[in-house]
Amino acid sequence: MQMVLNSLEKTVLEVLEEVHDPEINTVSIIDLGMVEEVSVHGGVVDIKILPTFLGCPALELIKENIKKAVQSIEEVQEVKVEFINHPPWTSDRISEKGRKGLKAFGIAPPPRLMDSDGSWHVDCPFCGSTYVTMDNIFGPTACRSILYCKNCKNPFEAMKPISTLM
Amino acid sequence: MTEQKITAAPENKDAIVSLLFQLADDDFLYSFRGSEWLGLAPHIEEDVASSSISQDSMGHAAMYYQLLEELGLGNADALAHLRPANKRKNCTLVERPNGEGCYMEVPKYDWAYAVVRNYFYTVAKKIKIESLKNCSYDPLAQVAVKVNIELYYHLLHWKTWFVQLLSSTEEAKQRMQGAIDQVMKDFGDVFSLGTDGENIVGLGLIEDENVLLQRWIDQMQTVFESINLSIPDIPSAPALNGRNFEHTEDLDSAIATLSEVYRLDTAAAW
Repeated sequence: MQMVLNSLEKTVLEVLEEVHDPEINTVSIIDLGMVEEVSVHGGVVDIKILPTFLGCPALELIKENIKKAVQSIEEVQEVKVEFINHPPWTSDRISEKGRKGLKAFGIAPPPRLMDSDGSWHVDCPFCGSTYVTMDNIFGPTACRSILYCKNCKNPFEAMKPISTLM
Repeated sequence: MTEQKITAAPENKDAIVSLLFQLADDDFLYSFRGSEWLGLAPHIEEDVASSSISQDSMGHAAMYYQLLEELGLGNADALAHLRPANKRKNCTLVERPNGEGCYMEVPKYDWAYAVVRNYFYTVAKKIKIESLKNCSYDPLAQVAVKVNIELYYHLLHWKTWFVQLLSSTEEAKQRMQGAIDQVMKDFGDVFSLGTDGENIVGLGLIEDENVLLQRWIDQMQTVFESINLSIPDIPSAPALNGRNFEHTEDLDSAIATLSEVYRLDTAAAW
């Protein structure tokens, strides 16, 4: 993202902090690292967004929510939102705040490291136990897996690690 | 590859468009056949997993149709839903039905066939995507990087089923062997690039089909050896080549079903 921001760009970024993942209301699209670029020319705002998963049905909803939120800023005349594929979104783009937000929702944040055989480990977001099992690498949405904590006996979800090394 | 990047200039466009339709139609039909399994998979966790894979794959098809839209070929949704079978470039394998019957009535779908088809197709897709990461047409190379990441999980999933069922009971092994024979009969055009192949490869969009096919054989060799099976033969001259618009009647009925709702109101916002 650009390092030198004018005041409207700053305002836009602040507003985007309030645009949440439609299915996880404790994380914003900024927290998820989906916002690649915000540029302002006069009253026209161009926003470039990285899709998480290509088939994610929430993408159109997110686009509309961004438009609505940014249009509410007084100086803004027009908002253009574009999905771009380069660079690819990866789960290490999720910020520390985003990782906390996921946990607050009962979703374990994606592991930062994978073992050499491609396996990975997360801790229970509820009790912090490492005594968990993978129930299903696929979950209710494209980006999540289903796990079970053998310590506190709760099922939970985890964000899948997504990396270009895969 | 060190080839130069190309643009969608008129002299390159036909080849780019041809390859994009092959990729788009393949993933579109593959995910349609996958979605017909919804609610019918062997257990609920598998239902979640395979429908998630179908959803991802539909997303991949949508990206290729989107690239075609950007090249002026028409609206992406219309390209997916409204083109008749004789305009489609998908391979034969993905248009085959899941088995006898219909999910609306009494489906007698064959899980062994699903596992083998999905696994063999996904390995082939992974090999193509690896090659497309170096595609001379940048927008396609960028999509390939995204698709590749998601494929990691699909491959893991289908490989697990494939190896486990072939290491299971005698009945499972027999049914899997039957499915392998059935899938291989249709495998002849999976790597084919059709009559545009020379042009597609010449422009550096993807590597030669024989190179890709050999990679598939090399990779599968290891898997087959691990379960003490020999790798089946791939027909060298396919009965039908989907890349050249040759299809079975199953494709007509698939298109009629999948586009039914879209055709009710083509102006509806989704």
